[in-house]
Amino acid sequence: MLDEILTVTFLTGFLAATLRIMTPILIAALGEMFAERAGVLNLGIEGIMIIGSFAGFAGAYFTGSLLLGFVTGALAGALLGLAMGVLSIRLKANQIVAGLGIWILCQGLASFLNRGIFGVVSVRPSVSILPAISLPLLNQVPLLGETLFNQNIVVYLTLLAVPVFTFIFRRTSWGLSIDAVGEEPHAADAAGISVSRVRYIAVTFGGLMAGLGGAYLSLALFGLYTDDLSTGLGWMAIVVVVFGKWRPWWIVGGALIFGAANALQYRLQALDFPLPYQFLLMIPFIVTLVIVVIFGRGQKGPSALAAPYERSEL
Amino acid sequence: MQRDAVVVSMEGITKSFGGTTANDDISFCLEAGEIHGLLGENGAGKTTLMNILYGLHRPDSGCILVNQVERNITSPHEAIALGIGMVHQHFMQVPTLTVLDNVILGLRNAREPLLDREGARQRLGELSATYQLDVDPEAYIWQLSVGDRQRVEILKALYRDVSILILDEPTSVLTPQEAEELFAMIRVCVNRGMSVIFITHKLEEAMSITDRVTVLRDGRVVATRVTSETTKAELARLMVGREVLFRLSNDAARSPAGPVALEVERLRAISDRGVLAVRDVSFQVHGGEIVGIAGVDGNGQTELVQALTGLRPVESGRVVVDGVDLTNAAPQRILRQGVGHIPEDFDDALVGAFTLVENLALDLHYTPPFSRWGVLNREVMRQSAQQVIARYDVRTPHERVKARTLSGGNKQKVVIARETSRAIKLLIAAHPTRGLDIGAEEYIRGLLLELRNAGIAILLVSTKLDEILSLCDRILVIEKGRLMGEMARSEADIEKIGLLMAGTGA
Ligand SMILES: Nc1ncnc2c1ncn2[C@@H]1O[C@H](COP(=O)(O)OP(=O)(O)O)[C@@H](O)[C@H]1O
Ligand SMILES: [Mg+2]
Repeated sequence: MLDEILTVTFLTGFLAATLRIMTPILIAALGEMFAERAGVLNLGIEGIMIIGSFAGFAGAYFTGSLLLGFVTGALAGALLGLAMGVLSIRLKANQIVAGLGIWILCQGLASFLNRGIFGVVSVRPSVSILPAISLPLLNQVPLLGETLFNQNIVVYLTLLAVPVFTFIFRRTSWGLSIDAVGEEPHAADAAGISVSRVRYIAVTFGGLMAGLGGAYLSLALFGLYTDDLSTGLGWMAIVVVVFGKWRPWWIVGGALIFGAANALQYRLQALDFPLPYQFLLMIPFIVTLVIVVIFGRGQKGPSALAAPYERSEL
Repeated sequence: MQRDAVVVSMEGITKSFGGTTANDDISFCLEAGEIHGLLGENGAGKTTLMNILYGLHRPDSGCILVNQVERNITSPHEAIALGIGMVHQHFMQVPTLTVLDNVILGLRNAREPLLDREGARQRLGELSATYQLDVDPEAYIWQLSVGDRQRVEILKALYRDVSILILDEPTSVLTPQEAEELFAMIRVCVNRGMSVIFITHKLEEAMSITDRVTVLRDGRVVATRVTSETTKAELARLMVGREVLFRLSNDAARSPAGPVALEVERLRAISDRGVLAVRDVSFQVHGGEIVGIAGVDGNGQTELVQALTGLRPVESGRVVVDGVDLTNAAPQRILRQGVGHIPEDFDDALVGAFTLVENLALDLHYTPPFSRWGVLNREVMRQSAQQVIARYDVRTPHERVKARTLSGGNKQKVVIARETSRAIKLLIAAHPTRGLDIGAEEYIRGLLLELRNAGIAILLVSTKLDEILSLCDRILVIEKGRLMGEMARSEADIEKIGLLMAGTGA
């Protein structure tokens, strides 16, 4: 058994799978980072990913274009992010309740739409998944190159987004405004920044990213849609944000761990590992638990996280 | 400097919050190049009026003219565009960002959305030099002292090229010497063509820095006076609405100091930020004396009081009350040893959603006569509350109202009533008159003197030097967590204490 695991093929395959699976978590977590740094805790991410994967699939299925599929998924996610914004910013709803509400709503909605549009069928409709692109030169790297640098375009773009986001928060007025609004909205307001506008943009962008992450599941990983496609990846994304101290590169590290846990689980299943598969399915959640317990403590997020802004409280 | 040109004119401004009318048909005008004082007691409506001008609140009615043009200011952004800057009492800063980032926050520059930190640093340096406002642009706000943070706030306004500067009670966080520096800075501003609105409730300040004063009381304008043509007594009368007797003082009935009630030895405590906030503090308080701890806010007073009352761990050193070692004892143990505690924020001492009856029994509710076998005796609690309310003159319709509906002064009376109606030997009072109007302040100071005369030891922590000087028998000055000096009241004066507060004295 062990010698099967320690082969080069297993390891490179495992690494490639890690990259593929960490990507949706990373996309969603990076989006959630924007929302949270602006002070909005969106617990609806899991639900938005489910809708994103459905809308993405439906979009691609009916237009025949994967690109349009991703666009549909992202738009659906943005719309739900905006809805979260209306609930938490305009209506000043409790963000925990609002987020959970969105999650529950999305689960039901995706399942309902799926049956309504595709019916209950024995052969699931499918699309061909996003092709991998082998990066010239880099794919020549011995051992790892062939699998590691043979990923689909979304994986590359997501990794490219990380330094871009870092730059946004370090060097642009957008990043500064988002941080100010999440830390000290009164100060931001007095400095002439529209707190609600920044929050709307951040939470909508967060939704858009979660929608993209969802679309990635149906369009780049599985090529079909089922109601249980996401299986908690959205929740892991939320944990990753905390683990990542609300910073892009740290979040990549967190996503990597979760990606690895998920990949390991799939790989071991494929190897007929002598354990009931239900136990293997638990691996990522156990990792989540361990990380929450070890790293979740004493982690200080944005000061105004989950607190609605009220000007008259001055 | 062309005087007489009106730069801001607010006409018939009315603003209510729920039931309270914070501004009631207020008219106010600011002339070019003047320092205009806005004088009034706490709750008079000064901050509200200026928040309206700064676009943070919308008035219910009334209009605002800036440079003779009617304006509808709906956000600070618009106010800043009109050249209006405001330094709030509670600083509007993001502690996790640097000084520089706080200054450029919300501003656009040519390279938008990129930040131009280099250009900003240069410009900030020039402003610092011109106005003598020294701060390190790379420092994080949370690292700064309150005085520094105020300088940042002023620089923020100057950086935005404002021509009208509003300062809301700016000296409340400063040492007397820092206040002088601030005044000098304000004069530089005026000489460079700015107009300044200076909010205060301190008469001396209004008299010394302003050209004209508008007095507010209960949300209305009582009068506007040219400062050189009025007196402190007149302003006081306008502000309070009756003749004010200047200061009760503690000489009246001075009992000789009794036995040591509180002994603190080389006490150390750590702040929430993890830094040493109380450094080897030692002192004693005797029965029948008031010992004052003077100092600018944030110099370890909060941590000291918390360490004494069991609300914060003592790192090292000893706290002995009436001969019993209470170092790191639980708050309830300390309370039962005969210690009363008036915390710095009276809202922390009350449960807002509880009635006065419940709040007044909060400390001893588990003992007879308030409860027996763990069951509360509501009737006894109610009667006791009625007595206390009458004795301490708490203004409330009846004893069953919720504590949060009381005014600040009455809340504080409830706290003091509860903390002093048990048999106590030591009262630790942190800022007991903060945020109260002159009437309530007088009453509470009188009460402290009475308690002292009854032989109770009192430790009074206050940032108000007049309070310290008029009540205390001995004065300690705290700076960066250290006691800088001790003096009897007879040898104390504002100048001397001020220097110690700034850490430069003696
Ligand atoms: N945001 C608010 N909500 C409710 N009441 C307020 C608010 N701001 C001020 N008030 C009330 O308005 C009155 C005037 O307050 P304020 O303008 O802060 O007075 P001042 O600055 O003169 O001390 C007070 O009674 C205060 O309690
Ligand atoms: Mg005020």
